[in-house]
Amino acid sequence: MSLLNSHYELGHFFDEMFASCDQVRPHYRRLSERLGTLPLKEFDQRRAAVDLAFLRRGVTFTVYHDNAGTERIFPFDLIPRIIPNSEWQRIEAGLVQRITALNLFLDDVYHSQKCLKDKIIPAQLILGAKHFRREFMNFTVPRGIYVHICGTDLIRDAQGNYLVLEDNLRCPSGASYMLENRSAMRRAFPNLFQSYGVRPVETYGDDLLKALLHLAPDHNDKPNVVLLTPGVFNSAYFEHCFLARQMGIPIVEGRDLVVRDTRVYMRTTAGLVPVDVIYRRIDDDFLDPTVFRPDSMLGVPGLVAAYRAGTVALANSIGTGIADDKVIYAFVPKLIKYYLDQDPILPNVNTFLASEPLDRKHILENIENLVVKSANEAGGYGMLIGPASSKEECAKFREQVAANPRNFIAQDPIMLSRSPTWCDGQLEGHHIDLRPYILYGDKITVTPGGLTRVALRKGSLVVNSSQGGGSKDTWVLQGDQ
Amino acid sequence: MPPKSSVPPLLRPQASVMLSRVAHSLYWMSRYIERAENLARLLDVNLQLLLDFQGFTQEGVEQHWDSILLASGDEEQFEKHYKSTDSRSVTEFFAFDLRNPNSILSSVYAARENARMIRDQISLEMWETINELYLYLHDRTSEEIWTTGAAEFFNNIKRSAHLFQGLTAATYSRNEGWEFIEFGRYLERADKTTRILDVKYHILLPSATDVGGAIDTAQWQAVLRSASALEAYRRFYVREILPWKVAEFLIFSDSFPRSLHFCVAEIDSYLRRILGETGARPRTEAARLSRRLLADLQSLNIADVLQEHGLHEFLGEAQKTLDQIGEEVVQTTMFYPAESELGEQQQQQIQQQ
Repeated sequence: MSLLNSHYELGHFFDEMFASCDQVRPHYRRLSERLGTLPLKEFDQRRAAVDLAFLRRGVTFTVYHDNAGTERIFPFDLIPRIIPNSEWQRIEAGLVQRITALNLFLDDVYHSQKCLKDKIIPAQLILGAKHFRREFMNFTVPRGIYVHICGTDLIRDAQGNYLVLEDNLRCPSGASYMLENRSAMRRAFPNLFQSYGVRPVETYGDDLLKALLHLAPDHNDKPNVVLLTPGVFNSAYFEHCFLARQMGIPIVEGRDLVVRDTRVYMRTTAGLVPVDVIYRRIDDDFLDPTVFRPDSMLGVPGLVAAYRAGTVALANSIGTGIADDKVIYAFVPKLIKYYLDQDPILPNVNTFLASEPLDRKHILENIENLVVKSANEAGGYGMLIGPASSKEECAKFREQVAANPRNFIAQDPIMLSRSPTWCDGQLEGHHIDLRPYILYGDKITVTPGGLTRVALRKGSLVVNSSQGGGSKDTWVLQGDQ
Repeated sequence: MPPKSSVPPLLRPQASVMLSRVAHSLYWMSRYIERAENLARLLDVNLQLLLDFQGFTQEGVEQHWDSILLASGDEEQFEKHYKSTDSRSVTEFFAFDLRNPNSILSSVYAARENARMIRDQISLEMWETINELYLYLHDRTSEEIWTTGAAEFFNNIKRSAHLFQGLTAATYSRNEGWEFIEFGRYLERADKTTRILDVKYHILLPSATDVGGAIDTAQWQAVLRSASALEAYRRFYVREILPWKVAEFLIFSDSFPRSLHFCVAEIDSYLRRILGETGARPRTEAARLSRRLLADLQSLNIADVLQEHGLHEFLGEAQKTLDQIGEEVVQTTMFYPAESELGEQQQQQIQQQ
């Protein structure tokens, strides 16, 4: 018995693989032929081998709310998500356009604030935002780049159009899974790769290192780059180690660093060694207890002063959170027009702002038909999916939105596209999204691929790993099939 | 005159230095693996010995384990948690009990946790081996092992530990980190050899009537096997197993890699490199202690030890010195506590996008 014999329901969604019940999309043809000849038993063996390899290599994330700090493997589905070249070209152009505009926006917000004076965005939305860092007004960041590493979440609507769901401009995670998933798939289906012409993602580590080195002071021919991690208890600790190893740079915790005379040093067994570039995976709030949260035990006292003095570069810069705020998100198409005089290549999801009276009225009256999100939460927390929630849950959110409108947005529920996924012994359509990674150094690079996250609970729209999501390898093809 | 800087000059060229925290973790990772391996061997050999001599009275069995508990230095911990002393309870205590910070399970967990903290510094092969050992232990209960046979279980642990040490030698660069790995390994091994030998002292103490009998010979053989030294002993002396020869071999051999002398020579040489001790006279207390112990091991003989010091006292002194050396080196090369607190763990967890 093969995989494709089982009954597969398309539903009212855009399916990545099937155009209709008996018609496979051209870029999935070779995969479907391979799956058609692969005995179920062999498929199961390969699946088990991949899971075991992940466990052995420690490709895990930590589950919280559990004192033991349980480590789990990130569930992985063997059916890849395939993107033909022409589609990817468009995605790539759209992402480059978006990060360029967002970077110009950040530079503007922290300098002349033209976009506020020209009333592109209401000033109170910026000046009152949680992630706006007034301490960095008129500070010039190294090489003029604010966001060096960006992960943008894309989804597809019922017609298959790619839409931007959110930008992650602070410390986006997941790139390590993109790389580990690829290496697992190469082991599981070596021949398929040869015949398909899949573009490699393995350049990510080198590109990341290049983007970081680009920030080092000119006169230094052997700069010290480090990755600053919150520590082993962070759910993404595996990723921090993985990326540090890919780049051959030390991974440091806050306590490994010390600031003397506005210069950052790491404590080594032989004494203090200067640090030039920090790829930080700690939020702004925790970076420096003398400037931001005084109770932070993860940061480095004096780090911000050193950054201001220009002796050390940070990636990403401080204060980028203002641009991935879910309220500011609604303005990004306008910002692209304003700064670049271009139409956005990748549109937003239709969004209502609770802070705008008309939108607020619409949200409060139609909450059971909308997805409501709190402006500053990540990881699928603090959101309401109206159609899937009880009356009580809707009422609770309605109260919260009315009480604190600046903190909420609402969107039309999107029919996230579905991809065939192996679940409970059969192939089923499950909802997916896509997080490509964009690096901004000397030039802007978009790694051909990304992290495709899949909702493993049938029918679920939530793809976050903390809420029962898994992932798939993402293949960007050299050609269109 | 150049401006005064608050940053002191480096002790070594920049390319060869490493984070103190990393050095610390390498040291403990290495110690814990060596500890787990030694314990697995000790338990394996002694369980085997008791099987070979089914005639042991219950009192004899109890005495046998008591002496091992005494030599381990963990007897108080044991008494706190267990009512009776028998093969089952002692194995439970030394192998599986997480309340015993020195049990095999505790050691492997701690080794892995240290490895995880420096995952970026060690090779994939090293990590996979230590992680697989952890997964292997994690999935088993003592009940299962007791029914399916403990020998294979202990064998697995020993083999994983050896594989790990072999892979470390084959894949880890010879930099400062290597010095900490080796320093930790030999320090742990030296300590364990003294304790293995001390076991027999405790066995002998209550009744010295059976000296030279079958049980006595088997017990001295067990001591050698506990230190993987039986074959090396036979090749070296080519004669029957004599108590003072066994002690001589395990203390003074300059070629057997588990003898106290051999280990201390290695400790002394790595310690000099770590602390930058190049002069004729040591600058640090740790170097002074290690050189004095090494001098004793180079110049004394077994008769001196037995007559002037007493075996048990001599071994006890050596253990104390080894502890002091380890503590000194940790203090000199580490600037800050390595343990993170609960509040810090919670802060670490909320950084995510």
